[in-house]
Amino acid sequence: MITTDILIIGAGPTGLFTVFEAGLLKLNCHLIDALPQPGGQCSELYPKKPIYDIPAYPEILAGDLTEKLLEQCKQFEPGFTLGERAETIEKQEDGSFIVTTNKGTKHKAPVIAIAGGLGSFEPRKPLLDNITDYEDCGVEYMIKEPELYRDKKVVIAGGGDSALDWSIFLSDIASSVTLIHRRNEFRGHLDSVEKVQELKNSGKINLITPAEITAINGNGKVESVEVTKKGEAPILVDTDHFIPLFGLSPKLGPIANWGLEIEKNAIKVNNALDYQTNIPGIYAIGDVNTYPGKLKLILCGFHEATLMCQSAYQIINPGKRYVLKYTTVAGVDGFDGTRKEAPKAVVKAIQ
Amino acid sequence: MDSLDINITIIDRDGVKHQIEAPTDMAMNLMEVVRSYELAPEGTIGICGGMAMCASCQCYVLSDTELPEMQDDEEAMLSEAFYVKDNSRLGCQIQITPEMEGLEVELAPES
Repeated sequence: MITTDILIIGAGPTGLFTVFEAGLLKLNCHLIDALPQPGGQCSELYPKKPIYDIPAYPEILAGDLTEKLLEQCKQFEPGFTLGERAETIEKQEDGSFIVTTNKGTKHKAPVIAIAGGLGSFEPRKPLLDNITDYEDCGVEYMIKEPELYRDKKVVIAGGGDSALDWSIFLSDIASSVTLIHRRNEFRGHLDSVEKVQELKNSGKINLITPAEITAINGNGKVESVEVTKKGEAPILVDTDHFIPLFGLSPKLGPIANWGLEIEKNAIKVNNALDYQTNIPGIYAIGDVNTYPGKLKLILCGFHEATLMCQSAYQIINPGKRYVLKYTTVAGVDGFDGTRKEAPKAVVKAIQ
Repeated sequence: MDSLDINITIIDRDGVKHQIEAPTDMAMNLMEVVRSYELAPEGTIGICGGMAMCASCQCYVLSDTELPEMQDDEEAMLSEAFYVKDNSRLGCQIQITPEMEGLEVELAPES
């Protein structure tokens, strides 16, 4: 069981900044995120795109913003449960909560901060009638264990970086790799595109474009897929695995069943006070919440996180006195023993 | 003052037809017009914010209105999207201009 003061669901910009604000109040944080890396949308969807409305940054790349936020909160030693989706929540008799992920990891905290953005990123599944029947029986939407494909026949579908990168990677492991895409053009890093071209020329990747997978066949497991080129009769490609890589799309997911008040696919909160939900002890901050006048902006998430931490402090330390301190005056004491502080003024007489 | 709005028709995902006025002077794109009229639930359209990276604003163009030519990123995204037809476009890549008076589109299913 992982225990912490504030359990943050979602490791995007709002979640990461919460760690810093909580740290100033001497509160520990642990973050859960369905993605394998922190940063949320900023790192998953558009790491190389600029953002222009972060205060004091005339321009910053979304990926760099993530780096900076990680650096800023590092001294408060946040814990991470990455690649796992928060699934269930149980309220304990002592008022704390236990959140369990889809992989069974349990987390206990007196305060929950949902900073889940638009939800957890789920793979987009191609529209094939029987595809769910073959999930984990030859159909995988993401590659977790490359060794699974050793000496196996693999068909990958998609036209982005992940389809290209995994085709390249698996060409050394699998007995055959077939890459199928609806167009001749791929959207990926130039070197990946060139590498696939090279592997195609040397016969290590079988490229079929422009084409689509139109059916999956097999008795209890994937045995072949039907590939249709525009205007041609479908062909059968024998395979052990079919890996569709069509990107991820966010879904609110299990959080929608936690008994929270939901409106417009977002969690209603009390914006006059502290961004608490209808369940005391559970807060929602950033893009995942809604209230009159809500704006889904990173900078608004930062503000919400700050107010939320003050309220969480009262729950965790009932009745304890506290006054706001300025970091310039008080400095920042990390949980790792580091201390940052403003240099002392020099006092020296002039002769 | 002359109105800077144009009349367009949007068929939502439930098949309901909406005749709406879209401003041409606010640098809005079709996805944003749909959101401003709340013709699709929040969180199901414009997920990537308008970067041609998610296809949640895919629509089918039903009128023969002349539209800006498709750029590479829109074409690439549509080639990975689902429910794509020959008349598919991404709403976020269509800036509303006075020339689009009478445009009629249907929102593609959520995916």
